[in-house]
Amino acid sequence: MKKQALPLALFRYLGRSFISFVGELGAIAIFFFYGFVNIFSYPFQPRKIMQQVYFIGAKSIMIVALVGLFTGMVLGLQGYYTLVKFGSEGMLGAAVALSLLRELGPVLTALMVIGRAGSSMAAEIGIMRISEQIDALDTMDIDPIRFLISPRIGASIISFPLLTSLFDVIGILGGYLTGCLLLRINSGIYFNRIYDSVVMKDVTSGYWKSLAFAIIVSTICSYQGYFTHLRPGGFGARGVSLATTSAVVISCVLVLAADYVLTSLLL
Amino acid sequence: MTRSPFVEFRNVVKRFGERTILDGVDLTVFKGEITTIIGKSGAGKSVLLKHIIGLLKPDSGEILFEGRPLRSMSKAEWKQLKRKVSYMFQQNALFDSMNVFDNVALPLRERTRMPAEEIRKKVMARIEQFELSEVTDKFPSQISGGMQKRVALARALVTDPSIILFDEPTTGLDPLRKNTVLSMIAHHQREIGFTAVMVSHDIPDVFLISNRVAIIEDKRIPFQGTPVELEQSDDPLVQQFIRGQESLADELTGLLTRPDLEQKIRQELTRIGRFQKTFSVVLFVIDDLEHIREKVGFIAAQRIVQCLGNLLKGHLGTTGMSARFSQNEILTVLPHTDLSRAQHFLEDLAGRMKDAETFQAKTYPRICLEFYIKAGIAQANSGASLESLIEQARSNLRTIAHLECTTGRRVSKS
Repeated sequence: MKKQALPLALFRYLGRSFISFVGELGAIAIFFFYGFVNIFSYPFQPRKIMQQVYFIGAKSIMIVALVGLFTGMVLGLQGYYTLVKFGSEGMLGAAVALSLLRELGPVLTALMVIGRAGSSMAAEIGIMRISEQIDALDTMDIDPIRFLISPRIGASIISFPLLTSLFDVIGILGGYLTGCLLLRINSGIYFNRIYDSVVMKDVTSGYWKSLAFAIIVSTICSYQGYFTHLRPGGFGARGVSLATTSAVVISCVLVLAADYVLTSLLL
Repeated sequence: MTRSPFVEFRNVVKRFGERTILDGVDLTVFKGEITTIIGKSGAGKSVLLKHIIGLLKPDSGEILFEGRPLRSMSKAEWKQLKRKVSYMFQQNALFDSMNVFDNVALPLRERTRMPAEEIRKKVMARIEQFELSEVTDKFPSQISGGMQKRVALARALVTDPSIILFDEPTTGLDPLRKNTVLSMIAHHQREIGFTAVMVSHDIPDVFLISNRVAIIEDKRIPFQGTPVELEQSDDPLVQQFIRGQESLADELTGLLTRPDLEQKIRQELTRIGRFQKTFSVVLFVIDDLEHIREKVGFIAAQRIVQCLGNLLKGHLGTTGMSARFSQNEILTVLPHTDLSRAQHFLEDLAGRMKDAETFQAKTYPRICLEFYIKAGIAQANSGASLESLIEQARSNLRTIAHLECTTGRRVSKS
C-alpha cells in the first residue's frame, strides 16, 4: 500500500470507525424493530414470553428487593444526615420517595437485571450461535429472531416496570426503617410528606425510564449474543465470554447515558 | 423406480466478493437416491448444500426443483418447498437446553398448527423408530454421540421432508461409529425413501451407500455418476480421489501411482521409434492377495506388497520405476533393458526374495497361507502399445518366489 500522509490516515481512521459505529447503530435499531414487531406476529408466543418473564422478572425479585431495601435504608440515613442540618428532617419521606421514583428505582433495577439476566441472555444466545443451533432454526424455517429475541424483548418490557415498582416500594419502606424506626422521625410525617410531594408525573417518568431501559438491555444483550460469531476478537467459548462482557458493559453505560437524556427530557 | 431429477444445478456461479467458489456447476440429484458430494476441504461443498436449502442464492445460473426454476417461484411456493427440505449439521446442532422429545417436536410446534396430541403421536412414532424411547426426557448432553446423531436424524425426519441434506455426517467419528452412522442413514433412507444429499470426506465408505457420487474440484463438478462408474473412470483426478486412502499404503511401499507409470511407459514407447532404444516391463502378480488379507490379515498382505516394493527399489535404484498396477499387481519398467537382461534381473531378484522375512514360515506364527509371486516379462518393440505390452507380460507369468508353510499351520485357500 502507498504510504499516506499522516493527517489523511488519521481522518481515514476516524471516518472508518465512525461509519462502522453508525452502521452498528443501524443494525441494532433494525434488530430491535424486527424483534419488537414479531412479538405481535401470529401465531403469538405467550408461553415463551411467560417463560422469559419468569426468568427475567420473577427470578430477579429477590435481588431487586434486597438492593431496594438497602438503597432505601441508606437514603434514609444519608438523607437524615443532610436534612437535619437544615432542621427539615421531616422532609425525609419526600426526599427518599422522589429520588427512588424518579431516578434510583429504574436505574438500579436496570443495572441489577443486566447483571442477572442480561449477561445470561447474551451467553445463552451466544452459545446457541456458536453451536449452530441458530443456523439449525434457520434451516428448519423457524425465524430465529422471532423465536429467540422477540420473547425476550417482550418479557423485558413486561418485567422492568414491575420490578421497578417493587424496588420503589421496598426502597420507601427501607427509608421508613432507618428514618422512623432507627432515627425516630414520626412515621405519619414521613408518609404524609410522600403523599404531599409526589405527583403522578414523578411516577410516570420513572416508568418511561424503565421501559426505555427494558428495550436497551434486552436489545443490546441479545444483539451481542446473536452476533457472537461476527466478533473480530475471538471464536468459540472466548467469543461468548467477550460477547457477555460487552453486553454488560455496553448496556450499563447506555442505561446511565439514556437516564441522563431522559431525565432532561422528562423534567 | 423411475429416475426423475429432484434438484438440478445448471451452470451455477457463486462468488463471495472477489473469491469465486462455484464456477459453472452442473449437478443432478435424483429422487429417492443418496447423492454424495466429495471434494477437498474448502472446495465449496457446504456452499453447494446451502444453495439447495436457499441459505445462499446463485450469482448466475439456475437451480431447478422438480424441473421448476427457483427464480420463477413466488415467495409462498418457495416457503412451501423449503418445508420439504431438512438439513443435518455436522455437530448435530441439537438444542441443548431442550430434552430429546422437545428437540424432535420443535419443527412441528413452530411450523405447523397441529394440535398437541397429534404432535405427540408423531414425535413418539419417530422416537420409537430410532430406538430413543428410553431417553425422551434426557438432554442432548446426557446421551451418547451415536444417540445424538439419531436424535438429529429423527428431528430432520419428523416433518416428513422429501430431501435431507447431510453436512459431513461422519467427519471426526471413529471407524466403528462411522459405519453405524452410515448404515443408519442407508437403512432409514431405504425404509422411508427420502432423497439424500451428503457431503463427505469418508472415501470409500460412503460409496457403499451412495447411488451417485459427484466430485467437486476447482470450483466445478468434473465427475458425477454411480460409484461403479467412478471406480472405473480413468480420469486421473477421479483416480486421485478414490486412491486417496491408498496413498499412504503406496507411500509405505515406495511405489508410484498407476497413472504416473502409464504416462512414463507411453513416453518410452514413443522414444523407441526415434532413438532405437528398447525397454522391458515386468508384471509381478501376488497370487491370492485377497485370501491373505482375509485369512491372515491386512497387515500381512500389506507387508508382502511392501517387501516386493522395497526389494524392487533396492535393486533398481533410480533406473527403474514401479507402480501398484492393481490390488495385487505391481508393474515395473526397466529402461534400456532387453529381454535377456530382464530375465537375468528376475533371477537375481528371485534369489534375494528367498531370504526375505516375508517368505519365511516363521513370520506367520498362527496362520500360514501359501502364496506365490509370479512375474512376466515383455520387451517393448516399436509399434507396441501399453495394453499389448501388459497383455504379453501377463501371458509370460511364471512363479519366482513362494512361501511354503510347515504342514501343521497350513490353511487351505478356499
